[in-house]
Amino acid sequence: MGDRFELREVGVDGDDGPIVSGFSARIPADGLTAVVGPSGSGKTTLLRLLNRLDDPDAGQILLDGRDVRDYDVLELRRRVQHVGQVPVTFPGTVADNVGEGWEQLLPRVHLGPGLAEREADRLSVGEAQRMCLARALSRRPDCLLLDEPTSALDAASKGEVERLVRSLADDGLTVVMVTHELRQATEMADRIIEVRPPIRPGPQAPR
Amino acid sequence: MSDLSGQITFGHVALALCLVVVAVVVSKAQKADLETDIVVATVRSFVQLLAVGFVLEFVLSDHGAFTPAVIAVMVATATVTSANRARRVPRARWICAAALAVATTGTLGLLLVLRIIPAVPRAVIPLGSMIIANAMNTTSLVMTRLRDDLAGHRGEVEARLSLGQTATEAAAPWHRSALRTGMLPVIDNTKVVGLVALPGAMTGMLLAGASPADAIRLQLVVMYMLLAGNAFAALVAGHLTVGRLFTADHQLIRSLRRTLT
Repeated sequence: MGDRFELREVGVDGDDGPIVSGFSARIPADGLTAVVGPSGSGKTTLLRLLNRLDDPDAGQILLDGRDVRDYDVLELRRRVQHVGQVPVTFPGTVADNVGEGWEQLLPRVHLGPGLAEREADRLSVGEAQRMCLARALSRRPDCLLLDEPTSALDAASKGEVERLVRSLADDGLTVVMVTHELRQATEMADRIIEVRPPIRPGPQAPR
Repeated sequence: MSDLSGQITFGHVALALCLVVVAVVVSKAQKADLETDIVVATVRSFVQLLAVGFVLEFVLSDHGAFTPAVIAVMVATATVTSANRARRVPRARWICAAALAVATTGTLGLLLVLRIIPAVPRAVIPLGSMIIANAMNTTSLVMTRLRDDLAGHRGEVEARLSLGQTATEAAAPWHRSALRTGMLPVIDNTKVVGLVALPGAMTGMLLAGASPADAIRLQLVVMYMLLAGNAFAALVAGHLTVGRLFTADHQLIRSLRRTLT
C-alpha cells in the first residue's frame, strides 16, 4: 500500500513564532503511526492539519496523492476522523451519540449493549472515550486521527483503549496517534515519527 | 393644570439640578469617586438632548422629509456603539449595521404597511428610536455571547466539525442560546409590563395628558414592536456572526483557536 498522507515542508505560524516549520513526513496507509514528541513540539497542530481543522501557512499535505484542499472538506473529515484527548459527549444517549449502526459499533469498542440507552454524559471518561471512537467509526472512515487518546484515562481503561486502537489498525484502518509517551508509541505503533520543537522530522524507527 | 405639556421651563430644569447635587453628595460621602462622571453625564445629557430637541423641532415643523435622515443617523450611532461592544467579532461594524438596518426597516415597515401608525415624523422618529435602542443591545449581546461561547466550547465545536458537520450545524447549540440571551430580556419585560414599572411610552403619554386607555394601547403596540425588532436584530446578528467566526472551509477562525501543540 502507498502513503495515506504525505506532508511536504509544512509550516504553521503561531502568535509567537513558528509552531511547525519545514516538516516533511510520509504516513503509510497501513497500520498505526505514532507521532511522538514533548509538549510544545507541534504534534497536536500537525494532527489538526490532516483533517483540516487547521491549514498550514506553508507547504502541502497530500491525502492519497491529492492535496487535502482539493477534497470537499466535509467529505475529507468524514473519511479522516479525529478523536481528541478529552472525550466530547453530545446531549442524548450513547446510541444517539454514535448514531446509525450503534448495535454493531458498541461491541466493537467493548461497550456493553446495556450502555446504549444511558445518557452519554453519565459515562466514565474511559467509556466516553470508547464511545467517541465508536462515533468516529460510524462515519465509516479510512483513517483515524487520535490526539493523546489515553491521557485522560486511568490505567485500566488506558490498557483497554490501547488494545482497541491496535485492533482497529489491524483491521485495516490507517491510525495516526499523537502521544507524549515513548513507551506507548514503541509498544503500539508500527512506526514512529518523532517531532521536536522547533519541529524537524526525526529518524523513523521500526516497531 | 391636568398635564405637564408645556409646563416644564428651563427654570424647572435648573431647579432639578438639586437632584444631581444629591447624587454628587452621596458619591462624595461614600468615596465612590463618581463625582466627575456624574458631572460629565449631566452636561452631556443637557447638550445632547438640547441638540436633539432642535433637530426634532425642525423636522416636526413641516420638514418631515428629513425623517429618514434622522433614523439613519440613529442607526449609524447605534451601529458604532454595538460594534464597539462586540469588537472581538471580526467585521463587527458590518454585522451591526446589517442587524440594525433590518430591525429598523423591518419593524417600522410592518407598522407603516399595516397602518398601525401613521407615516408622520411624530410617530416614526420616537418609535424608531425605541426599536433602534433595543435592537442595539440585542445585537451586541447576541454577538458577544456567540463569540465567547464558541471560543469557550472550542473542543466541542471542533469535535462536531470533525464528525463532518458544517459550521452552521456545529455552531447550532450556541447560536440557539445566544438568540435566547438576546431575546429573553424583552420577552421578560413584556411579561411583567405594568406590574413592576410603568413603561416609558405609556408614562410619556400620561404625562402629556392622554387617557390611560390611549396610553396602554400605544404601550401594547410598543411592546409588540420591540419583540419584532429584537427578533430581527438577533436573527441577522446571529447568522452573520456565525459566518464570520468560521472560514468557508468550516474551520473556526484562528483567533478563536488557542494555539495548542
